[in-house]
Amino acid sequence: MGTILIFIQNAIAQGIGILYGATGEILTEKSGNLNLGVPGMMYMGGIAGLIGAFLYENAVAEPVAAVGMLISLLCAFACATLGGLIYSVLTISLRANQNVTGLALTTFGVGFGNFFGGSLSRLAGGVGQISVATTASAYRATIPILGEIPVVGEVLFSYGFLTYLSIAAALALSYFLNKTRQGLNLRAVGENPGTADAAGIDVTRYKYLATCLGGGIAGLGGLYFVMEYSGGTWTNNGFGDRGWLAVALVIFAQWKPVKAIWGSILFGGLYILYLYIAGLGRSMQEIFKMLPYVVTIVVLVLASLRKRRENQPPQGLGVAYFREDR
Amino acid sequence: MEKKIAVEMRGVTKRFGSVIANENVCLDVRRGEILSVLGENGSGKTTLMNMLSGIYFPDEGQIFIEDRPVTIRSPRDAFELGIGMIHQHFKLVDVFTAAENIALGLPGPMRLSLNEVRRKIMDLANKYGFEIDVNQKVYDMSVSQKQTVEILKVLYRGAKILILDEPTAVLTPQETERLFRILRNMREDGKAIVIITHKLAEVLALSDRVSVLRKGHSVGTVQTAGATVQSLTELMVGKRVTLDIERPDPVRPERRLDVKDLTCVNAEGITTLDHAAFTARSGEILGIAGVAGSGQKELLEAIAGLQPTTEGSVTFYPKQGDPVDTTHMNAGAIDKLGIRLAFVPEDRLGMGLVGSMDITENMMLRTYREGHSFLTDKRGPRKLAERIVQQLEVVTSGVSSPVRRMSGGNVQKVLVGREIASAPSVLMVAYPVRGLDINSSYTIYHLLNEQKVKGSAVICVGEDLDVLLALCDRIMVLCAGKVTGIVDARTATKEEIGLLMTHTEGVIEEGEAG
Amino acid sequence: MNTAREPLFHIVKRDGVPFPKALAIRAAAVLLSLVACAGVIFALTGMNPLEVYSAYLSGAVGTNRRLWMTIRDSATLLLIALAITPAFKMRFWNIGAEGQVLVGGLATAAVMIYGGGAMPTWLLFTLMATCSMLAGMVWGLIPAAFKARYNTNETLFTLMLNYVGMQLVTFSIVFWENPAGSNTVGVIHQATEYGWFPDLFGQKYGLNVLIVLSITVLMFVYLRYSKHGYEIAVVGESENTARYAGINVSKIILRTMALSGALCGLTGFIIVSGCSHTISTSTAGGRGFTAIIVSWLSKFNPFTMILVSFFLVFMEKGAIQIASQFNLNENASDVLTGIILFFILGCEFFINYEVSLRRHGRKEIKGWARS
Repeated sequence: MGTILIFIQNAIAQGIGILYGATGEILTEKSGNLNLGVPGMMYMGGIAGLIGAFLYENAVAEPVAAVGMLISLLCAFACATLGGLIYSVLTISLRANQNVTGLALTTFGVGFGNFFGGSLSRLAGGVGQISVATTASAYRATIPILGEIPVVGEVLFSYGFLTYLSIAAALALSYFLNKTRQGLNLRAVGENPGTADAAGIDVTRYKYLATCLGGGIAGLGGLYFVMEYSGGTWTNNGFGDRGWLAVALVIFAQWKPVKAIWGSILFGGLYILYLYIAGLGRSMQEIFKMLPYVVTIVVLVLASLRKRRENQPPQGLGVAYFREDR
Repeated sequence: MEKKIAVEMRGVTKRFGSVIANENVCLDVRRGEILSVLGENGSGKTTLMNMLSGIYFPDEGQIFIEDRPVTIRSPRDAFELGIGMIHQHFKLVDVFTAAENIALGLPGPMRLSLNEVRRKIMDLANKYGFEIDVNQKVYDMSVSQKQTVEILKVLYRGAKILILDEPTAVLTPQETERLFRILRNMREDGKAIVIITHKLAEVLALSDRVSVLRKGHSVGTVQTAGATVQSLTELMVGKRVTLDIERPDPVRPERRLDVKDLTCVNAEGITTLDHAAFTARSGEILGIAGVAGSGQKELLEAIAGLQPTTEGSVTFYPKQGDPVDTTHMNAGAIDKLGIRLAFVPEDRLGMGLVGSMDITENMMLRTYREGHSFLTDKRGPRKLAERIVQQLEVVTSGVSSPVRRMSGGNVQKVLVGREIASAPSVLMVAYPVRGLDINSSYTIYHLLNEQKVKGSAVICVGEDLDVLLALCDRIMVLCAGKVTGIVDARTATKEEIGLLMTHTEGVIEEGEAG
Repeated sequence: MNTAREPLFHIVKRDGVPFPKALAIRAAAVLLSLVACAGVIFALTGMNPLEVYSAYLSGAVGTNRRLWMTIRDSATLLLIALAITPAFKMRFWNIGAEGQVLVGGLATAAVMIYGGGAMPTWLLFTLMATCSMLAGMVWGLIPAAFKARYNTNETLFTLMLNYVGMQLVTFSIVFWENPAGSNTVGVIHQATEYGWFPDLFGQKYGLNVLIVLSITVLMFVYLRYSKHGYEIAVVGESENTARYAGINVSKIILRTMALSGALCGLTGFIIVSGCSHTISTSTAGGRGFTAIIVSWLSKFNPFTMILVSFFLVFMEKGAIQIASQFNLNENASDVLTGIILFFILGCEFFINYEVSLRRHGRKEIKGWARS
């Protein structure tokens, strides 16, 4: 019982960062932009949050956790949004190829994160190990009383606020896409930009906003790993390939944010399953680590077998729109 | 009584690169009238109207709405000015319902109440006489239903000026009649309506005035009451044309192709071709008529091995040797058997040619496999390309510039030129003169006749019944995937064919001896 | 008239610009990107921008050894770019080169470890090359088969296979660990140099360069003059046209991805046998992704790829040099590479489109970038 509980907790902990990435990417892809720069934007968000908190904690004698939290949250969101903006300018205004631009953004963003992560202490004048424990403590604070209820409380209420924010963001996105005018318009932009344009929707504006905001949300995934998961420290390449898992999760969830919530926990569980199966040798553990990718491939194949119209990617995905094209 | 002017365009010019689509065009539409914008394919009708609807922005000129100068920068601007356009290619989102499509892009509170939208749609539908299911997904709709959604979308936005681009091209006569009734209702309601068309009969039946465009210029506006088919044709093409297509008599027709009970079912499970059967003979042009989407495309593609069939058979009868059954074979397999089947598909740049390649490389498309070398041989194709350019008077900056940059007529000459170069025993052409000017069209008719005289069995899918009646020897009519009749083109009348095009039950037997 | 509502810019697609002008636009983009990079470096280090460029030169080609390292890595990047080009020309978005290189390297390492010293050198090399290509081919064929049969999205399939490949490597490392507990393979056959590329023309990496340059020429001929190349171009342009021409699209997808995967696998062989003499999850080192950009920026022209890959590696080595000089993290090179790529990707717009500025009324249209 205890092990299962911890497994679920850890699965959720692993999944939340991926969920941020997937939620941001769903928003982006609904506008017709396939942004493969998600890993890059997550790194950008993570490091910017860390730098923000670090500069604050170093500048003030007695840093307040809540202020550090706010600063890092804003920094992370702003920096990742900037990543989305670079992608938007190149693909929407300058009509560069989306796949190639996304990969370039990943190169840039991952490099950006690792560079500043690895050089921060040197740039700040050699302060040694970077750690923003005070700020991280705010991220790690759990819900007081509720979190202590056995089982139910431990599974549901033992996380920092970013966990709940991620679920709220996914739910909000779902509401936005399905119940609001702007959501309907955005879906039309992704499905058929020509139609949306003819209906008087500002395609460029929708694409820019969705892609930039999507980047910002994905960036919070990076912040989550730095603050809540790693306790305010940076390890180079610490996120590993979670950014790509976020892209995979979008497909797994068939572009539906609510499905992405369950999917993220499943992915998180698969990611760490090897630790919870007794008697696995070292080599077999490595094989088990393949699971999230293999499962995504299976889902990908199944989706292509079943061809339901509602479960397909937005029709205009990956194609630049130019009104006067002829 | 002079009606109030709703829209006026003055001195409007639009260029695409070096191509001039419209030059110094003037036009006005009044409230409570239906204006036809008449012109041949490629005369700039759609481009002109797209500038009213905000899709294109004019390079020069000025637009007035109710005598007020306006700038229409985007479709949104157009809506705000009360202009709504129903495009030829419907601008609908497939995975949305009718109501969702209509609600698209509308201002209002953030939370979207589809119920309210549905109620308003039903009110409009009742007012003008539409039939619609607001909860149907667009991908489940017929063409006519989609058009209904488009028109309602525009009305829902309170449009006072409606522009319809070739609205009847894809409708059956009954659907056309219903549409006209609705349009007349709207006219009574005080709307200004513009119809883009090249069908003279419809112009005369529906509109109050006609504005004629020729090669991007406006050549005049006349009252429909005083116009005749002859006078409008003259305005449209610039000179008096009688359809003077030669039609040599078939010489010793022999069976070349036998199609029996051919049936196709598309990905959505709809039967698109239903037990089609006919025989094509050498030295003869067999026309295929029908409303767009009656199975023409499926029929030709099934014969060419590009469309899976569920029933029936296709058999070729070469000049020498035994008949060959090619049922269920793909294009590659048919080619390997040495059957000389040439096919000019409807989608020229999307199927018949490779847009980014030059003429020479496009010549190789059918023959590049020849020879045992691992590398391609470009000498033969280059010679063929040069010959076609010279003989068919293809206008191009050279055999090494991409075919995508050439005009529609030249693209078609290149495609037809390649297909007839193989001396085909069966030649299939789909809409061979669509988008072509009169001269290019006659070049193509001439080429088809040439093949006929040489002994090919020519199958020609067309949309203009006058042309089919003048060019073909026999005409087969398709309706909803079924062959509803095969008639002798020398004796048949347009009315007779029109009837078959809308006829769904019973098959009229072939008139002539076969 | 309300002129304020007119659009400020007017964008028109153009039919293609003369070659010298396209070249000038690209050169301008590269120059601008270099200025931007120097600006970034100046902001971080306070280094005089001119010093930055000389540090670049020194880092990339300053010594004979550095020059050869740059050449060696350019050759590797070039080979991956060449490998994925046929697939890309076919519009098959193979972003799984990373994984295909890895499994190729893994197969090479396996043959090297188990076969080194147990068979004649020629047989060892033949086996290594064959196995690496077979492994890469399988890795490329799996997504291709699903694409051909069920139209499964290949971009994400190949992406996922990268990580499956990576886990295969970590799985193997468990068995090949040297020294024990290090979780790495270490240099294979360090003493005997079994299965290592021999020197060629007195150069350690001469053989690498020779192989890659030969493949460059072959790939150029293959794409431009062979029947296969023609089929790839047709399928890439339009599947409908391909079927119309009697081309078996599935067969072309499988054949092209087999070739693409095999060449990626071969790159793995060259890296393991000719460069690193070891295997790890960073054997491909992100070059599978960078190669996509190289291929795209070169418009699928193999000879242009030589220049582009050399340029990117040159910039990377230079940046690493500067970073280490200032005791900064070497990932600075990725940041700078990213900036350069943004500029080059963005400049294509000015080659494909013409931007006109609108001024005072409609009659006067000021041409911008008009020839």
